[in-house]
Amino acid sequence: MSEKRLTVPLSEDDVRALDAGDIVYLDGIVYTGRDEVHIHALEHAKEGKEIPVDFKDGVIFHCGPIMKKDGDKWVTVAAGPTTSSRMNSLEPEFIEKFGVRAVIGKGGMSAPTIEACQKFGCVYFAITGGAAVSIAKGVEDVLGVEWFELGMPEAIWILKTKNLGPLIVGIDTKGNSLFADVDKEVEANVPKVREKLGI
Amino acid sequence: MIPEEKIKEACVEILRRSATQLPMDAVNALRRGYENETDDVPRMQLKAILDNIDLAVKTGTPMCQDTGVHIFFVNIGKVDVNGLDSVINEAVAEATESVPLRPNAVHPLTRKNPGTNVGVRMPYINYHFSDNDYLEIGVMPKGAGSENMSRLAMLTPAKGLKGIKEFALETMLNAGGKPCPPVIFGLGIGGSADIAMHLGKQALLRPLGERHPEEEIANLEREILAAINDLGIGPMGMGGNTTLLGVSAEYAHCHTASLPVAINIQCWAARRSLVRLYPDGLAEYPLEVIQ
Ligand code: SF4
Repeated sequence: MSEKRLTVPLSEDDVRALDAGDIVYLDGIVYTGRDEVHIHALEHAKEGKEIPVDFKDGVIFHCGPIMKKDGDKWVTVAAGPTTSSRMNSLEPEFIEKFGVRAVIGKGGMSAPTIEACQKFGCVYFAITGGAAVSIAKGVEDVLGVEWFELGMPEAIWILKTKNLGPLIVGIDTKGNSLFADVDKEVEANVPKVREKLGI
Repeated sequence: MIPEEKIKEACVEILRRSATQLPMDAVNALRRGYENETDDVPRMQLKAILDNIDLAVKTGTPMCQDTGVHIFFVNIGKVDVNGLDSVINEAVAEATESVPLRPNAVHPLTRKNPGTNVGVRMPYINYHFSDNDYLEIGVMPKGAGSENMSRLAMLTPAKGLKGIKEFALETMLNAGGKPCPPVIFGLGIGGSADIAMHLGKQALLRPLGERHPEEEIANLEREILAAINDLGIGPMGMGGNTTLLGVSAEYAHCHTASLPVAINIQCWAARRSLVRLYPDGLAEYPLEVIQ
């Protein structure tokens, strides 16, 4: 387990050098995007339409933050991760189409995303669910918002981060997933738990 | 008559408190969890949670960006009140601006967001009556991460206690790291489909660690708690001993041919707040919360 500080845009080498379990802190631009952003962006791509931001070598954060307007400037109040598995069916294509290098979220993602990470050079960072005030401290500035009409939680917020973390590499580019490892351990524990419950 | 303005003020206050200050029972359970973990990853997760709780209190900001949808539990004592529905709605809209809370309430099909957390039947208000000499208003902001993992089973009576335990195990396996563990189970047993779900949510109002007064139910709570924590799902589903912070069960008599069981999952951000309003306008906030 090593600790690293990386700057966005991330190169393929940057992410391929990471192993599941590593701790990372990020600097640079991070885009928020959850269900609606994934759906919309993929629809746009299908129709050959431009999307308002360029995810190439970038980072997408499964997050619907609380933002507050201070004069005409947006300020991040709270910005924790949302449950990534809701994007399970959309993420592999998203990684392939838009060339994102890192996805930040909570709870891990399913096998097709693990494969996409391996194939296209992308990692999944886990950040503590609900730790929204601490995470917001890693956001230095809000550079803008796109697709605001989707609502505050679903919009693309363009965040300038500084020392965002700690992020744990949950899925690396070698097919490893911390979550899959835990799943295996849990499965092995089930018989013991059943016995304890008398079922 | 308790003035409407006082009720609204108190509702805005409990909405603010619930979003920013976690009740002490939950904080203590998280602290105990942190002390019990030995591995780096679960310790790191629980530390991040505890630091975040402290930071939320210090800065007066919501501890989690998902400030939930708002479920109210109103208990009307021997007091005169007027227009509670609209007063509570106004308070929710006001708190959404002032705290601020994330506008979460959307139309279920069009997904249109009014931006106020007020919509059709939301906030959801449960009314009860009592002989108290005050009006009691409780609020539970419910985040989606944990609510989405809540489940109902219509068991056959033959499945009995074993069936309930089986269902608890399945529910946790299905939830995994998704509802931001460590979580709390609100276990609703009996009644009917809707009653069991409701009892599960209501059970979450009980302070953690306080057992059901009936021994059989209390034992079931203890047993599920101890066994599930052996699964090793751990904080955020990244492994560890702290998966469940508590189990609280409530039951109702049910039809002789059915056994409904519901589990309402609550994440570590087990937010709730309570106010008692007296006819002279006095407001009391009885819950012990982190300062
Ligand atoms: S499950 Fe709870 S702690 Fe996690 S993001 Fe949702 S409300 Fe916050």
